[in-house]
Amino acid sequence: MKINAVNLTETEYALPGNRTCPGCALALAYRHILKALDGQVIVTVPASCLTVLHGMYPISSVTVPCVNTPFATTGASATGLLAGLRATGRKGLTVLGIAGDGGTHDIGIQSLSGAAERQEDFIYICYDNEGYMNTGNQRSGSTPLGAITGTTPVLGKRQNAKDIAAIMEAHHLPYIATANASYPLDLYEKVRKAKDIKGTRFIHVFTPCAPGWQYPYSDTVKIGQLAVKTGLVVLYEIHDGAFRLTSASASLASKGKLKPVKEYLATQGRFEGITETQISQLQNWVNTRWQCYLERQRNSQTATSGTESEPDI
Amino acid sequence: MAKKNSKDGIRLLDGNQAAAEGARLSRVQVIAAYPITPQTPLTEELSEFVERGELKAEYIAVESEHSAMAVCTSASLVGARTFTATSAHGLAYMHEMLHWAAGARLPVVLACVNRALGAPWNILNDQQDSISQRDTGWIQLYARNNQEILDTIIQAYKIAETVYIPVMVCYDGYVLSHTEMPVEIPSQAVVDKFLPPYKPHTTLDPANPKNYNLVTLADPRINAEGVLCHGYMELRYLLQEALQNSTKTITDAGKEFGKLFGRDYSSLFWEDGVDGADIVIVAMGSLAMEATMTADMLRDEGHKVGVLGLRVFRPFPKAALAKALQKAGLVTVFDKNISYGSEGATCSEIKAALYGSKSKAAIRNFIVGLGGRDVKARELADAIRNTLPSIESDALNTEYPEWVCYI
Repeated sequence: MKINAVNLTETEYALPGNRTCPGCALALAYRHILKALDGQVIVTVPASCLTVLHGMYPISSVTVPCVNTPFATTGASATGLLAGLRATGRKGLTVLGIAGDGGTHDIGIQSLSGAAERQEDFIYICYDNEGYMNTGNQRSGSTPLGAITGTTPVLGKRQNAKDIAAIMEAHHLPYIATANASYPLDLYEKVRKAKDIKGTRFIHVFTPCAPGWQYPYSDTVKIGQLAVKTGLVVLYEIHDGAFRLTSASASLASKGKLKPVKEYLATQGRFEGITETQISQLQNWVNTRWQCYLERQRNSQTATSGTESEPDI
Repeated sequence: MAKKNSKDGIRLLDGNQAAAEGARLSRVQVIAAYPITPQTPLTEELSEFVERGELKAEYIAVESEHSAMAVCTSASLVGARTFTATSAHGLAYMHEMLHWAAGARLPVVLACVNRALGAPWNILNDQQDSISQRDTGWIQLYARNNQEILDTIIQAYKIAETVYIPVMVCYDGYVLSHTEMPVEIPSQAVVDKFLPPYKPHTTLDPANPKNYNLVTLADPRINAEGVLCHGYMELRYLLQEALQNSTKTITDAGKEFGKLFGRDYSSLFWEDGVDGADIVIVAMGSLAMEATMTADMLRDEGHKVGVLGLRVFRPFPKAALAKALQKAGLVTVFDKNISYGSEGATCSEIKAALYGSKSKAAIRNFIVGLGGRDVKARELADAIRNTLPSIESDALNTEYPEWVCYI
């Protein structure tokens, strides 16, 4: 059954009234992630905005069991939960490690890589707000070129973000996907699919951050969509090595054309100081990447001799 | 003698093998470890137990010691008995997670094979590594020989799972870890009688969801049912209170162990002729065995000498020590560690324990054996002889320790 806004489960696991900022894309993403897992999950979370969302002792806004673990340890903590569940004979639970981009691209990459290499049987979700937002917006390995942050306050970031999904692909994982909080049903379907696959599954979720990126709180969904329409974010999945563009990225590939990145950059205060050179560097980066994805899509289609039609959800 | 086709009986084991047997007999369920000299043979032995099916456990070959402890804390939280082992840099790398294990009150047991810390690189023995983790909230037990390593690991689970405090079992690298001694391996049936299965204080289950280690404010806070719950400081107090009270659990476990296995551990430290001694030598770990030879040498010269071997470093047995040392005229403390800028850690503890007691003892501190520097019994004896004139000059204390490093 194709999921839509009408038949999506009504059970809420991330309750309203949490401690995130207004317009938080993580709150939107997390709500759909937990729905996709039917709440049958043990979550491990490092220091991050999700820690804030979860609440303060003794009150939490989520109804799934969770362990908070130090910043660098998400992959190891998930490994420990799995080992403990196996050792005590408990079955039927999904272990979910969920961390921000700092906790994934930077400080947590060692334990994530270790767990992925061991093919630990869990879902890892990186929600990416492109910086250390919980500490007030500092640069991370995922901050884009040209963005002003607390630690790139004058010149803006002078490097591109690292491609975490490609790094994880090099670990030969059974399932890798990118997603975006502005396309919650695509995210839902990917988590749902990942749930039934064995091994380490990695999902990279784009989650715009209104205070950090400096745009109006009401624009989160629009900004997330614009990131896909400009090709800065590409939605895809790689299942057992087969690459497939999904959702809005699939539509763009078949009948659309990318908007210029300039349009996206103009919506956010963090790019106020970006230079023309940096803009064209970013545009070139996007163009090259997009061609690469289109090529992978074509190669996959040739390999499987067929294409799945994809509604724009 | 060793029985055929059986693991129990007396066998020649090095310290790492003794630790592995202790973990096997404790029926550990999850082991996570990263190799580091001189702990490595212990992790290899445990991997072999698991791969051969002699130990029904999950062995996780993690990518770092930090992850090893993260695996242990999370596995412990879903109800598994967990074990890890490390040395020196590995323990230092775990530092953050050691706080986490104690803070979350998870009864993880860790074998620390004591080794010097860099820089510069050194793989040999001293106790700087575990001493540097003194304030993480762990119970620290030190073994003098390989039998004590095996026995202490089994007791460590009993203690940890009673008081919900993680326990570090420390033994000297090479001196014990790579030195074979006769060790009696108890039967599984008796160990099972001593050590019941682990009962977690909390478990993570969607049927009764709990959010563990959530952000906790300084002050108590009311929950959704209107009940006032602890703030951060109350939780820290409970850890301190549990450590203070754990001495009874430690001695009870040691006593029960003695009844079942014939080796009594009901004292917080080992004594050899301390009662009635003018001079008491204090040392921790294998050094306490060396010190008994020193005592014999000095006794032959007519001195009344006793040896006090520290077994429990955290919680530090202040009252019991003050009582044991009350009649001594000179307490010589030998430390294989130093708190730079001050003195050896055990000496500071002993001074603190004696302050305000009836003791009038002079205290002298000697730093020995750093980075594997050989410590000979006669060198300890020389150090004591050389310090005797300074005692007569009525100085109870010295500001800084003396270093004993012969070549």
